[in-house]
Amino acid sequence: MNNLKNRWIALYVENEVGVLAKVAGLFSAKSYNLQSLTVGTTEHEDISRMTICVTSDDITFEQIKKQLNTMVEVIKVMDLTNVPIHMKEILFAKIKRITAEEKAEAFRIVEVFAASGHIRTIDIGEDSMIIESALTERRNNELCALLRKTFKHIDIVRGGAVAMEAISTSCR
Amino acid sequence: MAMDIAGKKLFVKALQEEGVDTIFAYPGGYVTDILDELQRTEGIRIVLPRHEQALVHEAEGYARATGRPGVCLVTSGPGATNTITAITDAHYDSIPVIVFTGQVPQGLIGNDAFQEVDIVGMTRSVVKYGVTVRDRKKLGQILKMAFHIATTGKPGPVLIDLPKDIQLKTGPAEYPSEVHIRGYKPNESVHIGQLKKAYKLLRSAKRPIILAGGGVHIAGAEEELTRFAEEMHIPVVTTVMGKGSIPEDHPLYVGNSGMHGRYAANTAVNECDVLFSIGTRFNDRITGDLNEFAPNAKIIHVDVDTSSISRNVVVDVPVVSDAKLALEKLLEWASPKKTKNWREQIHLWQEEHPLQMRRDRGMTPQMIMEGINEVFPTGIVVTDVGQHQMWAAQYITLNKDRRMFTSGGLGTMGFGFPAAIGAKIGAPDQDVVCVTGDGGMQMNMQELATAIYEDVDVTVCIINNRYLGMVRQFQQVFYGKRYVDTCLCSPGGSPIDAKASEAEQPVYVPDFVKWAESYGALGIRVERGEDIIEALSRAKEHKGAAIVEFMIATEEIVLPMVKGGAPMSDMIL
Repeated sequence: MNNLKNRWIALYVENEVGVLAKVAGLFSAKSYNLQSLTVGTTEHEDISRMTICVTSDDITFEQIKKQLNTMVEVIKVMDLTNVPIHMKEILFAKIKRITAEEKAEAFRIVEVFAASGHIRTIDIGEDSMIIESALTERRNNELCALLRKTFKHIDIVRGGAVAMEAISTSCR
Repeated sequence: MAMDIAGKKLFVKALQEEGVDTIFAYPGGYVTDILDELQRTEGIRIVLPRHEQALVHEAEGYARATGRPGVCLVTSGPGATNTITAITDAHYDSIPVIVFTGQVPQGLIGNDAFQEVDIVGMTRSVVKYGVTVRDRKKLGQILKMAFHIATTGKPGPVLIDLPKDIQLKTGPAEYPSEVHIRGYKPNESVHIGQLKKAYKLLRSAKRPIILAGGGVHIAGAEEELTRFAEEMHIPVVTTVMGKGSIPEDHPLYVGNSGMHGRYAANTAVNECDVLFSIGTRFNDRITGDLNEFAPNAKIIHVDVDTSSISRNVVVDVPVVSDAKLALEKLLEWASPKKTKNWREQIHLWQEEHPLQMRRDRGMTPQMIMEGINEVFPTGIVVTDVGQHQMWAAQYITLNKDRRMFTSGGLGTMGFGFPAAIGAKIGAPDQDVVCVTGDGGMQMNMQELATAIYEDVDVTVCIINNRYLGMVRQFQQVFYGKRYVDTCLCSPGGSPIDAKASEAEQPVYVPDFVKWAESYGALGIRVERGEDIIEALSRAKEHKGAAIVEFMIATEEIVLPMVKGGAPMSDMIL
């Protein structure tokens, strides 16, 4: 249908028991396609902020925003899809049972991805290493795809995107 | 600074300050302290139902009859879980009920303690707001929030879970006179620009229709709607929930639309060029196939709930507003439109396929409904769910002195009888008639004891066809009469032998007349059309609950009908 794509929402909610369950429950109850959801406290300890990524068309996305808005615990819904934002996602990748040559390849990958922002090797063993990446969600997707192709034994853990509106309007 | 008081005392104080005169309460381990406090309080009537589901339905009936929130108190665990169906019913039909559930002390939460359930978690998707009170200091504020949220904006159910330690712990005695909730701002105004656009579009129409939903009743905007239709000369179609928005004998009233709506009403929606809809969420029972709904029309949608707009049907002019506010403003602009040809066209459709059942033989549901119209010209008609509900929606005529309550959104069998009891408790000076089926009645028939002891004078009309008729109708029409799980007097719900004579059929149980009499209620069985009026008159005169059982032909069906998901133009007439 019209415009199926990833969209981002920043959601200010009451920092109370059950609010995360209520927000997450909306997506499963109404069959909305949730990609990622992160939550943490803000400068006010009684307010949490969520960064939500959904895949949806225009009409469904409008509905999602309205549904979120009707919740008593939701203080504010911000659509980040088309505004300049800073967005990062934390990712750890543990590469295991690798040869010295493979290790060198891993370092090369880290080096090239470093052109996109923060990524480095944070731990290393005889035949293994851990990469820490804080790139955009999309760049992390590309990193994952490459790591999976290149190495056989990997563990990946991702934190979901966190976003904040930009000060300078050119950022993204 | 006032002295600190126990949570239970603050609870009762809150009820008093909110003007609560009735509480529907079922006891249990974790609400006994509150009940003890209530027992010492003057001015709050305690109603003891026989089941917690019925309890909340009673509160729904009370809320709709009075316009005030229905207040419920149940215990933890099974007491709480029993309320879920009725809470969901209130959620779907936007009825303000406040359900207080007892809970195990906080120290036991999470232990799978005796009668501990996560009722807030279980009801999260069907309440307007739900929370466990975890801090005695916040109790007053949360109680105030409960009343505020349940009754403002689009009304709905609120659930407040009260752990036992919160009930006993002392804390601030203050009950706030208002609350500020930063995430909750019900719409209290109307965007004039949008409304102007809506009005201009309506003015430009050649074949305009007003579609009025339950929101018109909730806003108390029946008079405004009627005047607006009159001043603009626009015909009115209603949903089942919106029925009665305009008096039914009004020349501009076309009828109910939707799955079992009138031919003229559905055809008018199909053929109109501007559809002015107000207070309806375009439920699938109204629209049928969404792609074929009002195919020639530009659609205006007035609703208090932003999220109801452009959700099911994409609308051309959305107006977020309370129905009454919007109509009051529209009335300032309204002036007559030339719609004579269009109204005549609709009139022709009405004559082409009027709503009526055969009169040649036997007692039809239409005759029963007409009897109710005659004997109970004013008051409240409460229905259950099923065929009888649709017959009531078709043949019960409403006006400003006669209202109908029904379970529209969730379609909850078992709603009717308890909701009628609640309505009568809320409106003791009005006649209350419950129209129910033999299936739905058996879902909450234990409430007859409540009616007896609470001295509730209701007339219950059981339309008995020995079947779960609405589903049987589906089996009859769409499944080659293969009746299964629907016959109420046979094993597995399949009739023993469809060809057997009536005498060979198993005896129907219960015998509703003897059952009524065993409770000390009046029981009457009616088998012939000519006895309808006398039976209803006797029931009306009787002080106290009266059960009138009408034996109708088994294979009576509701017509017209549209198959689920089919376009509304595909009516089986």
